[in-house]
Parts: sequence; C-alpha cells; structure tokens
Amino acid sequence: MSSIYVDHAATTPMVESALLAMTAQLAQLGNPSSLHTHGRATRKTLEDAREAIAKEIGSLPSEVIFTASGTEANNIALKGLYWAGRKNGKRVVVVSSIEHHAILDPAHWLATHEGAEVIEIPVYADGVIDLVFLRNLVKTRGDEIAVISVMHANNETGAIQPVSEVVAIAGDIPVHTDAVQSFKKVPLSFAQLGVTAMSLSAHKIGGPLGIGALILKRGVEIPSLMHGGGQEREIRSGTLNAPSIVAFATAAASSYYNAGEVAGLRDRFISSVQALIPDAVINALGAERLPGIVNVTFHGTQSDTLLLLMDGQHISCSTGSACSAGVHEASHVLLAMGHNEVTAQSSLRFSFGATSTSSECDFVVSVLPDVIARGRAANLT
Amino acid sequence: MKLIAAMSGGVDSAVAAARAVEAGHDVIGVHLALSANPQKYRSGARGCCTIEDSHDARRAADVIGIPFYIWDMAEEFHDGVVEDFLAEYAAGRTPNPCLRCNEKIKFAAVLDRARAMGFDGVVTGHYARTEIGENGKTLHRAVDHSKDQSYVLSVLTVEQIEGAVFPLGDTTKVDIRKEAESRGLAVAQKPDSHDICFVPSGDNAGWLRDRLGSDVGPIVDQSGTKIGEHKGAYTYTIGQRKGLGLTIPTPDGSPRFVLKIEPVTNTVVVGAREDLAVTIMRGERPVWCGPAVDHEHRIGFVQIRAHGAALTCTYFVENGLLVAMLDAPLLGLATGQAMVIYDGDRVVGSATICETQ
Repeated sequence: MSSIYVDHAATTPMVESALLAMTAQLAQLGNPSSLHTHGRATRKTLEDAREAIAKEIGSLPSEVIFTASGTEANNIALKGLYWAGRKNGKRVVVVSSIEHHAILDPAHWLATHEGAEVIEIPVYADGVIDLVFLRNLVKTRGDEIAVISVMHANNETGAIQPVSEVVAIAGDIPVHTDAVQSFKKVPLSFAQLGVTAMSLSAHKIGGPLGIGALILKRGVEIPSLMHGGGQEREIRSGTLNAPSIVAFATAAASSYYNAGEVAGLRDRFISSVQALIPDAVINALGAERLPGIVNVTFHGTQSDTLLLLMDGQHISCSTGSACSAGVHEASHVLLAMGHNEVTAQSSLRFSFGATSTSSECDFVVSVLPDVIARGRAANLT
Repeated sequence: MKLIAAMSGGVDSAVAAARAVEAGHDVIGVHLALSANPQKYRSGARGCCTIEDSHDARRAADVIGIPFYIWDMAEEFHDGVVEDFLAEYAAGRTPNPCLRCNEKIKFAAVLDRARAMGFDGVVTGHYARTEIGENGKTLHRAVDHSKDQSYVLSVLTVEQIEGAVFPLGDTTKVDIRKEAESRGLAVAQKPDSHDICFVPSGDNAGWLRDRLGSDVGPIVDQSGTKIGEHKGAYTYTIGQRKGLGLTIPTPDGSPRFVLKIEPVTNTVVVGAREDLAVTIMRGERPVWCGPAVDHEHRIGFVQIRAHGAALTCTYFVENGLLVAMLDAPLLGLATGQAMVIYDGDRVVGSATICETQ
C-alpha cells in the first residue's frame, strides 16, 4: 500500500524546479564572497535569488538576510531586537502564548540569562490573540517593551493572527512575526504589514531543508549571534549557501501551491470528519485559518496512540506539538486555547499541501472511525 | 502475530525485536519512558531511563527496519513500581522492583494497551522460554542459567504468558552480543544494567533515606536489650552482618546478623547465625504461571532471589498461602521477596513471602 502524507506543515515535498535549480548550482564552483570570476558568478546567481525572494515577500532585496533555518531567523530577531532595546532601558519581551518553541524558548532564555521580563499575550478559545490585552499592555508599559513577537499563523491550528493590528497598537515598538507557515499560503507582504522583522523558511514552501531568511527592515541595526565574515549585513556571518538559496528562490517564485484547492481539501476533510465522528472538535474553527491545517480533538483518546495507529495505516500525520525525548506532551497552543491536559493530548494535526489529493483526503477519513475506536479502547488510564 | 517490542535501548531487547521480525511477525518497537524527568546521559549501570537510552532504542529500531514510538508510562511506573518499592521498605519488607515492573507495566499496562490497539502480544529481551504443551503455554528457565530471568517473570498469569514472546531464551548472552554485532546493532557492546533503574546513583540506602527519612531507632538482641542504634530501619536487610556499627560484642565473640525489621517500633533485631535459619516459608497473593497449585504436596524447587539457587522443597497451598518446606534450612530470608516455585525448569508460580519459620 502506498503511504499518505498529511503532514505538510512539518515539511513538504520540494518543487521539481527547485530541485533542479539546486542540483545545478551544487555543480558550480565559487564562494559568493570571492572577488574573482568564479565568486562573481555565484554572487550574481545568489543576488538574483535574493531579489526574487524580496519580490515574493514584498521587501527590499537588502532587507533579506539568509539564515540556516526559520528557527535561526527567529533567534536573531528576538534576541537582537531585545538587546537593541535594552540599550535604551527596555527589558520587556512580549510574545503570544501560542508561539512556536523557536520564539518561546529564546524568549524564556532571555528572561533567564539576559534580564528580560517576558509577557505572554493570551488567546481566545478560537486560537486568536487577545488584542485588548495587548492594547492595555502597550498603554501601561509601552515604554518598557523592547520587542513584540506574534506569529502570522499558528503551526498547530492554522489560526491567522491579526499582525496588522498588532503593528498599529505597537506604534514605535519593533514587531517581529514568524511567518514560516504563512509564506506562499496566504497573501503576505512585508512592506504592507509594516513589521520590523519577519521569519521565513524554505522547506515549508517546496524549497530545501536548512535554509531560511530573516526579513529585517532597512536601517534597523541589531547585534549579531553569529560573528565572522559579516556576509549578511554584519548581522549573520557564514559562507552563503548558494545552492539552497537558489532553490529557495525558485520555490518562492513557483506557483505550485494553489491555496483555493488546498482549502477545498481541508474543508472536505472537516465536513467528512464531522459527519463520521460527531463528537470530534475542530480546533480554531471560528478563526480565519491557513488553507492546509486542520487540528482535531478526539475525546477519550491519546494522540500518541492515534499517531501509531495512523502510521500503521501508512498515514503520516502529527500530534502538532513539540516532543521532548519523544514523549508526547500536551500542546501549549491547545492549553492556551482553554483545553485541559487531557483534551490537549487527544488531538491530531492533519496538514494538506500542494501535492495532496482528494483521494488521499478520503482515504484518511475512511480509516479514522476504526482508528478512533481502537484509540479509545487503548486509552486505559 | 502483530507484536509490540519493548525496547529499552539495550542489546537484549534490540536482538529480541530483530528475531521477532525474522520469525515473520509484524513488529513495532516501543520504548517505555518510565521517568518523568529523564536524565540526558546514561551513567553507571542504570537500566533504561535516559534520553540516550531512548535514542539507542530508536537507532536499533531503524536499523532493524521497524516503526518506533515512545510510550510515556512514567505515571504508571511511579504509582505501580516506585511507590510500591517505598511502601514495601517502609513496611520492613524487601521488594523486587523488576518483578513489579513486569507485573504492572510491561505485561499489564503495555500488554493491555497493545491488545486494545489490535496487537497480539509483547516481545521482550528477557532471558526465559515458553513452551506449548498439554497445559497450554508455559514459562521456563532460559538455556543460559547465569542470565535466566524467569524469576522476575514469575508474576505473569497464564493470560499474560499467552501474550508474551521471549525470543532470547535459547541463547547465551555471549552469543546475543555476537548476533547484535553481526546485525549491525550499535548497542552490541553496551554494558549490562544491574542497578535499580530509578535509583540513578546506585546508592539504594541513600535513596531510601532521602525519601523515608532517617529516624534513628534501637538495634536490639533477641531478649529485647538495646545494644546499638540504627539510622533508618529500612536500609537493613535480613541476614545482613556488616555495617551494623555494634560496639558491644556477644559473650562468645560470634558475629550478629539482622534477624528482623519491625517498622512499627522502628526496631532492628539482631541475633546469631543459626537464628536466621528458615525451613518453612509462606507467601501471599500467589500467581500461577500454569495450572494452579492446590493442597496436594508436591516436590519441586523454590527460588527466593533473582539469581539465587533453586532449593529443593515440598510445596502446596494452605489457607490461600503458598507454602514451601525446605529440605535443608536457609539462612537469611526477608519478607517481601518473591518465592518462585519451579517444577524442573518450568515456572509453577510465585507469591510474596509474608511469613517464615
């Protein structure tokens, strides 16, 4: 039996044109920082790629800083903007309670090691941040805030966050947004959004693993995490990974992701699940969501058991949350939305992508009733 | 059969899983996370509870080519094994946590969950054998007597034995390591574990003292005369001679041994070597690994430690207790230990020793 992949939010297949561009570039000799012919040739290709990505995200080419991952982009942005603010006595870091660990963990690291005070913005039951809370916070403590970081869309539920409103509320306070899940899935423009910084990752859009970008507003100077050759605006050092960057740009410029089609699959999946398993709860259903992500709570089950049973049916889906030593923990996102420890551990994330088909969607739906029944039987404690 | 292979990250369970796959079973590897706060690295001779061990198990599963998952059994393990261990010591008995883990976790929580999910049983790297005969599936000693683990499996009921697969029982440990090597399993030379897995330091007395306190109490002789003081009665074991810290010698200079631990009065009773002698033991809550034993007297063997000797005895059931009458007296027998009855190399059943005389 062929296997079915419904975990596109984790990573998604490479676009063929990106794969070809990457392998072609791998055969090219030249360090883009070298001044000779070989170096110039690589530099030319790489800057073409930078411009292509800038065009796709609505930024200036000089605002694109290549990194090795979305996580790295998040770390540079959050720590850098905090340190920049701290010079002016601003020590408060504001993040939403549903951020990816690549924001939450650096934020708490700043609290433990760098004297930051971290304040989390709560979310409503639909998984969208509480803007009233943020407005009050900015009103009362705005001059202490070094940075606000709110993700563009949540990776577990797909709930899109009101980042434009956050920027409006923030005023002069720098705003960072982790847009790793949103890029190429929903309309997204760095300039229009007005944020100071934005994180992107190539492998979520059909590019290769191991390459990301921080889009950082021109003129904003922040301390570096990685010192060395100073290749990327003196903010990020390290020889530029030309093959991956070229593939990233190719994937970004391709139109292989059809948001309407993916959303159609998602909605087909949701209505089928609701019909077959009436007590299933679709999380963040009330929010505006990304086209591909569905997060479902199946009461009376444990997600790790469901995952094993789905895997046994050759279906790859996810519990949606981080693992510590492989032990499934209750999702902080679902907990923030008001789930308890038990229901937060009874949920699965299905994420559809550009290559997903309706027959795959239907097959997943067809095995669910039996998987849920077995999952409930095995939930002995 | 569809089987769950319990994989600790050690060599035995890795080879057991590989053998089960080779025998044609449909196998999925599962590592049991038994500690709520696992340590990062393996240290000393601890069993299986570190993140490093879970990585070893995952790597072995990948090399064997089977799916692998981690099941969080920390709560069940804490409630069923760690708490039991503490309660038993606090009550003046000497428990065996490995036996409790097999009884409550590996062949209960895991097997039940596996069956509910549509699996037929659990495969482990225990050194023991099963045979199918006129009495159904029965449990037997491993061929490698020095590694035999049938003692700690003697708490399994017939129904649990039905769902247990032990692929290593016919092979010596030395050959298992060789086999692991030839299968390309990186854990081939990983050291054996000896200590209690949830006592990271290996210092059981210290671990118990931290949790049960160290209430000073009297050490008395058999007449009740106080001859010394102890720092926590539960850190002593029946038959123990060293470390008593007694300064008053016996009239004839003969050594003293711990005879009894009385938790209620927090008293340790010591006496002469011959007073340790036991010829009859009784065990409560008997479990039968095959046909139940009744009042009829039968000849067999009883074993009271995981790697202890098999002692010839007459065994039977009386007033719901399993009774073993030894042919030759035994020195130093603690209540709380398991008495396991063998008929040849077949495990008849076991009970928790509650009375000796």
